Amino acid sequence: MHSDLSIRLRQNFGFLTAVVLFSVVYLLYHVAHPKGFSSAVLVQNANEVFTLAMVSMAQTVPVLMGGLDLSVGALMTMVDCFASYLLVGAAGGTPLAIDLFGLHIALGTMPGGPSGIMLGIVICLAIGTLGGLLNGIVVVYGRIQPIIATLATGAIYIGIALFLRPQPGGKIDEDLNWALTNALGDFASTVHIFDDGAAPWFAPFAGVPTAFVLLALIALVVWVPFRRSVAGRTIYAIGSAEGAAFMSGLAVDRAKIIAFTLGGFLAGCGGVFLAIQTASGNADIPQAGAYTLNSIASVVIGGTSLLGGTGGAIGSIFGTLILRVISFFFRVFDIAPLLQPLFEGMILLAAVSIGALRMLRVRNTLESFR
Amino acid sequence: MIALPRALTLSRDDRPIVIAALFLVAILIAGTVYTWVRFGTAPLLSPTYLLLQLQIGAFLGIVAAGMMIVILISQIDLSTPWTLTAAAMMATAVGGPWAIPLSLAIGLAIGIVNGVGVAYLRVPSMIFTLGVNAVMRGLMVAHTGGYAPQTGATPLMRTLAAERSFGIPNALFVWLGVSLVIVLILQRTALGRYIYAIGNKEAAAYLAGVNTKFVTVVCFALCGLTAGIAGALLAGYSQKAYQGMGDAYLLPSIAAVVIGGTNILGGRGRYLGTLIGVILIVLLNSVLSIMDMPEAGRQVIYGSVIILMLLVYGRGERVTS
Amino acid sequence: MPGATEGEFLALSGISKRYGGVRALENVDFACGRGLIHAVLGENGAGKSTLIKVVAGVVPPDSGVIKLEGVAQRFSSPAAATAAGVVCVFQELSLIPDLSVADNISLSAPPKRFGLIDARAQRRRAEELLAEVGCEDVNPLLRVHDLPLSRRQMVEIAKAIGRRPKLLILDEATSALTSADVEKVYALLARLKAANVAILYISHRMHEVEALADRASVFRNGRHIETFDKGARTTAEIVQLMIGRDISTQYPSKPERPRPAAALRIENLCWDNRLQSISLDVGAGEIVGLGGLDGQGQKMLLLALFGVLRGVTGTTTVNGRAVRLASPRHSKSRDISIALIPEDRKTEGLMLPMSITDNLAIASLGNLLSGPFVDQGKERRAVDAGIARLSIRVGNKTDAVSTLSGGNQQKVVIAKWLMTQPRIILLNDPTRGIDVGTKQELYRLMRELADQGAAILFYSTDYDELIGCCDRVAIMYDGRIVRELAGVDLNETNIIASSLNIDTAAQAVASASATAHA
Repeated sequence: MHSDLSIRLRQNFGFLTAVVLFSVVYLLYHVAHPKGFSSAVLVQNANEVFTLAMVSMAQTVPVLMGGLDLSVGALMTMVDCFASYLLVGAAGGTPLAIDLFGLHIALGTMPGGPSGIMLGIVICLAIGTLGGLLNGIVVVYGRIQPIIATLATGAIYIGIALFLRPQPGGKIDEDLNWALTNALGDFASTVHIFDDGAAPWFAPFAGVPTAFVLLALIALVVWVPFRRSVAGRTIYAIGSAEGAAFMSGLAVDRAKIIAFTLGGFLAGCGGVFLAIQTASGNADIPQAGAYTLNSIASVVIGGTSLLGGTGGAIGSIFGTLILRVISFFFRVFDIAPLLQPLFEGMILLAAVSIGALRMLRVRNTLESFR
Repeated sequence: MIALPRALTLSRDDRPIVIAALFLVAILIAGTVYTWVRFGTAPLLSPTYLLLQLQIGAFLGIVAAGMMIVILISQIDLSTPWTLTAAAMMATAVGGPWAIPLSLAIGLAIGIVNGVGVAYLRVPSMIFTLGVNAVMRGLMVAHTGGYAPQTGATPLMRTLAAERSFGIPNALFVWLGVSLVIVLILQRTALGRYIYAIGNKEAAAYLAGVNTKFVTVVCFALCGLTAGIAGALLAGYSQKAYQGMGDAYLLPSIAAVVIGGTNILGGRGRYLGTLIGVILIVLLNSVLSIMDMPEAGRQVIYGSVIILMLLVYGRGERVTS
Repeated sequence: MPGATEGEFLALSGISKRYGGVRALENVDFACGRGLIHAVLGENGAGKSTLIKVVAGVVPPDSGVIKLEGVAQRFSSPAAATAAGVVCVFQELSLIPDLSVADNISLSAPPKRFGLIDARAQRRRAEELLAEVGCEDVNPLLRVHDLPLSRRQMVEIAKAIGRRPKLLILDEATSALTSADVEKVYALLARLKAANVAILYISHRMHEVEALADRASVFRNGRHIETFDKGARTTAEIVQLMIGRDISTQYPSKPERPRPAAALRIENLCWDNRLQSISLDVGAGEIVGLGGLDGQGQKMLLLALFGVLRGVTGTTTVNGRAVRLASPRHSKSRDISIALIPEDRKTEGLMLPMSITDNLAIASLGNLLSGPFVDQGKERRAVDAGIARLSIRVGNKTDAVSTLSGGNQQKVVIAKWLMTQPRIILLNDPTRGIDVGTKQELYRLMRELADQGAAILFYSTDYDELIGCCDRVAIMYDGRIVRELAGVDLNETNIIASSLNIDTAAQAVASASATAHA
């Protein structure tokens, strides 16, 4: 009979493959890197991974329902632009105003200091969440297919982003930037905890990248509980057999709205970090598109099926890691930058075609149609 | 409740087309009102202006025509941007009489690769064409060194894209030609029936003896071909090919197809709708730029219009079984 | 007895339901009491399924009242019915394939801890319920799509009793079960009966009904005909009530002919351990039936003969020529000319949103061309001919085929294939869910086609049909043909006996060893 362990292994095969693949490649990367296995390299890697990882987690939820979210990149960019206004952290506060149709509307002042920063982060995340909620409402109550609904809302978000930042600009509080884009030791010293990072028991953790800790924290505190909730399970049920889910009395509409809202929150997290990392707000349309498409690739590489019903956000994180590590690899091996896009493209194509090998074993052709 | 005579009731396929046409007229009217109030003129109603819009629309229209075919069989082609660009770049690089045939051949070849990946390897089209797009981008970046190619468009390309015959832009004739072929295929050939059948229920089409794999490859090939045609024309219009020239055509082509009433899940839609969808998008863009609307506002309005139109078309059915 | 419904647990009065032009239920009065197993009998199209759907909250009745324990109810959804204590195990499973057994059993109201699903408690609950239905060997971690169909049905039943129903409805719940699992279900039902649960049981297996039911109700053409207690009516009387007329007049007469040459010959056909060494001949002009319990490989055999399955070994000979069938397209081709009427007309036989014309023409478009284009005139004539030949009742040919009734839809599927002029016709349970009148027409049509030289292989779950229509019947069990019946041997007893063939032997061995150990 099947043992529990063998069952679990078989069910998570795609995910485990992604983890193993990533581990091997990342190990090789550090071996080949002149400054491999150092905190500096880890920090740099983590920073480059975080935003895409967040956007990929955001993309995972609609994909699990058998749909797609084409607005994740735009939503992330919109929050990025908001953050460049709200996270300035100037001591006396930052005045906020809107210039609309020739009218100058003052909105009050964003407080400075750490409490102001916290408030700013909360507002930014709320904006991301609202964007996700809007997506959910359009899909559920408008009864519009997710792919086309989010294509439209994505345009709206990028429009708002452009409105906020027609040119790249803005400023991020320097301490915030320093704390989040370095290692835990720097974080501790900036925030003045653990003896400014010098406490002896803290020493082994001082080198861990802050971005990595944030990523793990969000995955643990946001995704894992969601996965284990009824709403989370309903998402999987919808992707697997929506009709049966409805017949079983599951709250399908409510779950869909929660799913998109969660996606918005995660995309918002990515946007906040990107703003902090780049210390500016940039309504970069091609970049938004690239994030969206890369998030789809990450989700697929991480083992989530585009048909819905199987997979998860942790897998998408590893999908992101694999994608990013490949580009790190190119840097280390000094592959001509001109060839990098080609290699990235071929690896992506190969990765998704591997799943096709399973299809070749299908013996009843009728089963290959959805 | 008066029952309308059959001739007056609109079928489910016709309704979006009529609504889209009405929206089109509404945009024209809104724009004309604006220019009348602001400038005292009505440039939007002049034939010169309208012809120019149609000429610009031809590029999007040709891409959308191919995209519609693929959407009809419940797939999607995200490789259009770099298929178009690659076709354009190689055409300008080669020059001479082989330029246009080469761009068509490249489009066709990429389309066939897409079709094989989707039909035989059964990789979801969303992700396979995404990968192909990335590969084509990689190839072009490597080939051109990251810059726009130095070679220019051939005279024939320029003529087709930018010149006029009998006062009508040649690009429109190309668009018309493409449209005729598409309409003929969809309405009059067995292939067209198979396309709708596969989009509705691939299993039933398969069991009826339709070679669904081959038809899928043909559909992607057609989509790639139209991207190639659009690439050659665009290069002709701009006098050369440049990086990222195809990026602006992907999402609008999908939007045009959907606004025109084609179901994003496949199986239903008429080409006339796609035509109107393209013209609507081009016109909307143009009206907004006449209004001096900054890019930010344009994006917001563009997204809102899509949602509004889809809401008006009638919502999808709730999945109950 | 119709009318005497007061005081019962479930009481329906005046329930009617129409689907388009079809009267699925007509002014039905019906009652069902606690602690009783109540069978609902009737042919396909008699209204059994609709009755169940109305009681379980899937569809609302057009008129009439449903009372539970004397209180009138209006179920807005299956969930509402479940909340009131009415739980239904449907024919189409309501399980989520990608979720685990444990998840499925506690799908809508799982045990929770701190607001999240308590996986351990859920697993324990699944183990308990699986034990109650006698399936302790199913690991609750397994995903449902990894389980064989019989096991899935048992999980569905476990899920249903987990809701602690007051009224449990089983709609053909045993049709997918292995005989061992069927025994477990019988035992479960006996326990539920003792626990004062009301049980409604739809089945068309007479021996099951005789064994289990305390009461039985017969439905015919949407009406409740009669309810009687166990033993009050003989099988013959029950069948008479169900059909309302003499059996033998239903089927066209079979010609007495010497056995013709084989148009289709199968030798040692094997596939994927599901089909084992099948050898069968079907002659031109013959109607050969496939029988046996559901899921013994009959459908797979038909699919194999149509080129849908890959990796099929053995020899298939069509009109004397050995062929390797690669795809339906290949099977359809002129020199092979095989047609398949598939199992599920809604998802395999028709493109529902497309017009009647499109659906009719789709398989024979190659013959309707002039140049590269479809010849509209040829198409129109061919479609009209198809509609006339099968007497399909259509309003407008451009209407979507989804607007037609089930019987007419099936006629479209058949007409579509007849337009390809097939020499070999495979039919996968074509009369399931079809009204009686259309069935008659189909039987006559099959005999006509056979008389014109077609070789027909016909799978049916209805013994009467097999006996009435076929010249020979091959009974399948576990992927093999265990017996071929013809002539006087072709009767219900033999069919049932052969269908259960191996089991009878196994049971004999089991009881022999039981007595040996006693």
